[in-house]
Amino acid sequence: MDWFVQGILSFIGTAGFGIIFNAPKRTLFHCGLVGMTGWLIYYAFIQKGIDAVFATFAGAFLISIVAHVLARQFKTPMIVFSVAGIIPLVPGGLAYNAMRTIVENDYVKSIQYGARVFIIAGAIVMGLVFAEVFMQLIFNEIRKRKAKLSKMTS
Amino acid sequence: MIEITQEELAIDCFLLAGRMLIQSGAETYRAEDTMLRMASSQGLTDAQSFVTPTGIIFSAGHKRPTRIAQISSRTTDLEKIALINSVSRKLTAGVVTLEEAYEELLKIERTNLFFPIWVQVVASAIASGCFLILFKGTWIDVPFAVITGGVGYLIFLAMHSLTKVKFFAEFTGSLFVGLLSVLFYKIGWGYQLDKIVIGSVMPLVPGLPIANAVRDLMAGHFVSGVAKGMEALLTAFAIGAGIALALSF
Repeated sequence: MDWFVQGILSFIGTAGFGIIFNAPKRTLFHCGLVGMTGWLIYYAFIQKGIDAVFATFAGAFLISIVAHVLARQFKTPMIVFSVAGIIPLVPGGLAYNAMRTIVENDYVKSIQYGARVFIIAGAIVMGLVFAEVFMQLIFNEIRKRKAKLSKMTS
Repeated sequence: MIEITQEELAIDCFLLAGRMLIQSGAETYRAEDTMLRMASSQGLTDAQSFVTPTGIIFSAGHKRPTRIAQISSRTTDLEKIALINSVSRKLTAGVVTLEEAYEELLKIERTNLFFPIWVQVVASAIASGCFLILFKGTWIDVPFAVITGGVGYLIFLAMHSLTKVKFFAEFTGSLFVGLLSVLFYKIGWGYQLDKIVIGSVMPLVPGLPIANAVRDLMAGHFVSGVAKGMEALLTAFAIGAGIALALSF
């Protein structure tokens, strides 16, 4: 039940962000799907007690891979699918705590929270970039195979 | 080889495409790549482009002219990126001529592709409610997060169209998010103040600039990466300042 609720809410939330970022109408549903996959992976890792940094990385990695596949299918830039998808992974709570502790003049704690925000934001981007390199390698390999096949048949 | 007037038209066309891509929030490498692909499909094989978030320099090579396009504002408009991308694909594949592509780009520039304001506000309100639960909030707080998120985004949009200063709009938007949440909390309706604030401030978060900044840095576009990173940092600071001010009441 819990998983179902998490999935539905992350789907609706990400699709809402698709509207805010003005994604093309025919891709809104898939934007939501991308966000849901990323969030569920993140949630699964967190439930298992794995650190949030690695969970975020895994979520972003999968988001980027799904976004790449969808981008090929829809013939649109991959950014259309990935941007809304990563929003649930943004460490809003930590950033809020960093801000709150500044208001309370507790700068030492604020720096701790701030550093954590920075690392998690870095994990999102690392996930995106790693997946991009990974997909490029795969697509290159597929292209090579195809070229070889067409040479053999001709 | 194309003639002089045709050449001018071609360079106008490429610059327009590049400028609109950057204005809609595309990655730097995409803008450069799109311009060069379009150029080489028109026979300008030794063209060079230098793209930054605030301006584009495009040289058609050899004795041909070098032109600059100025970029003053950037938003997030994914549909525009997709449309320009498809025009560039069609031109490169030779499906449309240069004139037709230029016409199409001008048409894209003129039309407003955004969803109506009320749809955007409703979307951000619903998204706020969803994120409240995702961030382990309680169901009692959902209506307050929905109201706060919607009102905050509406104020952000209103301030942006009034003042044209993005950071001020973000500051006022998040200030109202903070004030409304504190109000709900003080009345005794809201249960967890911090969760309401986190959920409803999400629509203002600069997701695209952050992602693009680091991607540009990784791709070696250091000028663009640092500039976009600064933009994201300023936005984050504006949001933080608004929330902090509201919390201090």
